[in-house]
Amino acid sequence: MKKESFSTYETAWCPGCGNFVILECLKEALEQLGKDPAKVLMAAGIGQAAKTPQYISANAFCGLHGRALPAAVAAKIANENLTVIVDTGDGDSYGEGGNHFIHNIRRNVDITHFVHDNQVYGLTKGQASPTSMVGMVTGVQTDGNFNEPLNPMLLAIAAGAGFVARAFTGHKEQLIDIMKQAISYNGYAIVDILQPCVSFNKINTFGWYNKRVYELDESYDCENKAAAMEKTMEFGEKIPLGILYREKKLAYHQKNQVLKTAIPLLERKTDPNVVKKFIKSYI
Amino acid sequence: MYNLLIGGAAGQGIDTTVAILEKLLKQSGYNVFTVRDFMSRVRGGHNFSLLRFGTEPIYSHSDSLDGIVALDEETIKEHKEQLKANGFILCDRKIPSSNSHVVSLGMDAMAKTLGNPRVSGSIAVGAVLKLFGESLDGLESVLGSVVKPQYLASNIKAVQQGYAAVENRFPHLQGKYSDRMLISGSKAVALGAIAAGLRFYAAYPMSPSTPVLETLASYADEAGIVVEQAEDEIAAINMAIGASYAGAMAMTGTSGGGFSLMVEALGLAGMAEIPVVVIDVQRPGPVTGLPTRTEQSDLKFVISASQGEFPRMVIALRNCMDAFNQTMRAFYLAEKYQIPVIILSDQYLGDATHTAEEFKPEQNQRVEPVDEYAEEGEYLRYNYTDSGISPRLIPGTSKHLVVIDSDEHDERGWITESAEVRVRMMDKRMKKLEGLKKELLEPDFIGSDSFDTLLIGWGSTWGPIEEAVRLLNKERQGHFAALVFGDVYPLPEKLLKEKAAQAKRIINVEQNATGQLAGLIREETGICCMESVLKYDGRQISGEEIADRIRKGEVQ
Repeated sequence: MKKESFSTYETAWCPGCGNFVILECLKEALEQLGKDPAKVLMAAGIGQAAKTPQYISANAFCGLHGRALPAAVAAKIANENLTVIVDTGDGDSYGEGGNHFIHNIRRNVDITHFVHDNQVYGLTKGQASPTSMVGMVTGVQTDGNFNEPLNPMLLAIAAGAGFVARAFTGHKEQLIDIMKQAISYNGYAIVDILQPCVSFNKINTFGWYNKRVYELDESYDCENKAAAMEKTMEFGEKIPLGILYREKKLAYHQKNQVLKTAIPLLERKTDPNVVKKFIKSYI
Repeated sequence: MYNLLIGGAAGQGIDTTVAILEKLLKQSGYNVFTVRDFMSRVRGGHNFSLLRFGTEPIYSHSDSLDGIVALDEETIKEHKEQLKANGFILCDRKIPSSNSHVVSLGMDAMAKTLGNPRVSGSIAVGAVLKLFGESLDGLESVLGSVVKPQYLASNIKAVQQGYAAVENRFPHLQGKYSDRMLISGSKAVALGAIAAGLRFYAAYPMSPSTPVLETLASYADEAGIVVEQAEDEIAAINMAIGASYAGAMAMTGTSGGGFSLMVEALGLAGMAEIPVVVIDVQRPGPVTGLPTRTEQSDLKFVISASQGEFPRMVIALRNCMDAFNQTMRAFYLAEKYQIPVIILSDQYLGDATHTAEEFKPEQNQRVEPVDEYAEEGEYLRYNYTDSGISPRLIPGTSKHLVVIDSDEHDERGWITESAEVRVRMMDKRMKKLEGLKKELLEPDFIGSDSFDTLLIGWGSTWGPIEEAVRLLNKERQGHFAALVFGDVYPLPEKLLKEKAAQAKRIINVEQNATGQLAGLIREETGICCMESVLKYDGRQISGEEIADRIRKGEVQ
C-alpha cells in the first residue's frame, strides 16, 4: 500500500462543492510529485476556497482577503526551497486581489496559483464575482449582473504569464496532470479551475460546464502567444481545458542579484564587517 | 556657530552644493546640521537648505542667518529679513539687488569660461569656504565622492576660482569632529536595519520615506538583502509579513498615506504573531497634505491603527543616533515578542543630515535566532505560555508544520469559533504587553533639576526642545526642563510621573494641531499639560521659536 504523506481534515464546505475535488486532486498531485508536507506552503486569502490550506497537512498561511499573492511570493523569496502554492477563489484572486494578480505575473516568482473559479461569491452568500456572467441575478445584482465578466486567462497572458491553464473539477485526471505541471513550472503558473457552487450559482452548474468543456489535444500549440490569446476568448458554447499558454522565462530568483547566488535568503547572515564598512563610509 | 542658507529653484543643484559644503565643513572639524526644505516638484519653485555649523553640539536648525547663497532672486526676496547685521548674500552678478549685504560674483560667466555651466554651485562653495575662513584641504576627495569623475577637474577649478574671488569675513573655528559621521535620519534607519540583520524590504515610493528604500536598495546586493518595490503599500506590508513568516527578517516603510493602506495587514501581524517592522516617515496630512514637508500627526493613528486589539510597539526617533539604535531595537523587539513594531520618523529628521558619533551596532541588543523545537509531541504554533510568547518555527526548516491564520485560531493555528479559545488566545496575545512594558525606555530628561516649567515632546522635536531649554535657562536660570519621548507606545510612565509631580507648569511642544502626545499622556496617566506649543504649517519648529513663544506667552 502506498504511504500517504498528505492528509486532509474535516472541512466546512457544502456537500457537493467543487472544492472537495480540488482538494483531493491537489493532494494527489503533491503525492505524485513526491513533495514533503513540511516543505510545502499553502497560502490563501479569505473565502470558501481560501480555507483549503486549513484542510491539508502542509504549512499554511491564511492571510488577508485578496492578499495571498504578495505574502506567498515573499515567502518564496525568503526560502526558495519551499513549494509555494496559492490556493483560493475567484473573488480573492481577481477581485480584492486584482492588482497583486497583475503585478505578480510581472514579478514571475516561482509559485503556483490555483483559482477555484465558481463565478460567484460563496462565503458572503451569493453576490456576483469578477467572473460572474452577465444576467446573473443576486441579492446585490438585483436586476441581473450587467458588468462584463473578467477573462483571467486572457489577462494573464497579456500581463506576461508564462504558464496559463484552465481545468474543470469534472475532469479530474486532467486537473491532476495540469496541477503537477503548474507546480513543476519554473515561474508563476496560474490555473483557473472551473467548479460548480452548489449553493449560490444556479447558472454555471456542473452540468452547464460539463456540456461545454473539451480538452485541448496535441494539435493545439500552447507556445503560440497570439493563438493562445484567441483561444482564451473561447468561453461560451465551448470552453477549452488544458494548458492554454506556456513560455520559458527567467523566474524572479534567477534575476535578482542576491537570490541568484543560490543561498536561500533566510540562511544568509549579515557580515559585521560589511556593516562597519557602510558606517565608515559616512565619516 | 554659523548658519547658512542655500536657496534656489528645484533643479539648480542645491543638493549637490550643500552635500559638498557640509562634507568639507565636517572634515575641517565642525559639527554640522543641515535641514532640507523643498517643494513637491522636480523643476522650479523655491527650495532651500539650512546649513548650521559650529564647534558646539548642534541638534536643530536656526532661522537667523549669517549668510545666504542665492542661486535665484526669489531666495533673496524670501530670506533677506532673516539675515543678521553682519550677514552676507552671495549671488550671481545677473541677479539685480540693491541690498547692502550682497556679495556679487560673476559665477555663471566664470562657469561658462570653465566649459561647464553647471559648476557655478562649486564656485559658490569656494566663495563660502573663503568667507568662513576655511582652507581647501581635502577638496579633491570630497568632490570626488559627490560629482562624476568626468566633471571632477572642472569642479575643482570652480571651487578654487570662487575661493580666490572673495575676502575672508568670519574666523575659522577649530572643532574636533572631523572623525564623526555625517548622515541623515533615513540613511541611519537603513543602516540600523542592515545591522539588525534585515533580509527583506518591500515598499512603494512615497515622500518622505523613499530615502530609506533607496538607501537599502543601494546596499542590497552587498549586504545580501532583497529590496522589492511593491505595486502598492498593501502589497508591501503583506510581502514583509510573508517574508518574515518564512524566516527572512523583514521591514516596510512609507508615509501616512501608505500607512493608511497598510492598516489591515498590521492587524494580521498582530493576530498571526509575525514580527514586522514598519517605519512611517511622517508628513503633514490629511491625505496628500504637504508631501515634502514635516509634521508629527500620525501618533494617535499608528497606536490604534487596525480593527480589534493586539499588542504593538511604537518608537519615535529623536535624532540620528536614535535612528540607528532604535531601528536595531525595533527588530529585536519585533522578533522577541512576535509583534509589529512601528517606527515614527518625519521629513525633518529623515532628510536632515548631521554629525554623529560613529554608530556602534555591537552595543545594541541582538535578535536571537529562532529556537529549535525540542519538545515531545505535536508542535503548537500558538501554544499558551506564561509570557504570551509561543515557540516560533520557520516553515520548511523542521519536520513540523507552521500554520497561521487571520481568523481567530486555536493553538495549532486552526480556525476556531470557540468562545473559550477566543478569550484564552486574546489573553495570550495581550500578555506580551506586560513583558514589553518592562523593556520600555524612559524619555530623555533635559535641563535643570530644579525646574518648575516642564516641556514635553516626542520624536524629532528633541533637538529644538533641547535648544529651547538651553536658551530659556540662560535667561531664567534653573527654571526649565524637558522630557522628550522616544518610546511612545506603550507609554513609559515612571519618569513622567516623577517630573510632572515637581512641575508647576507643563507645556507640550508638538508638531501637530491637537497635541496628540498630551492626549495620550492624559489618557494613560491622567497628567494634563496645561499649555501647548503647537505648530502644523509643515515647517519644523526651531529652538528659538519655542523659546520665543514661551517667553511671550504665545501658548495655546
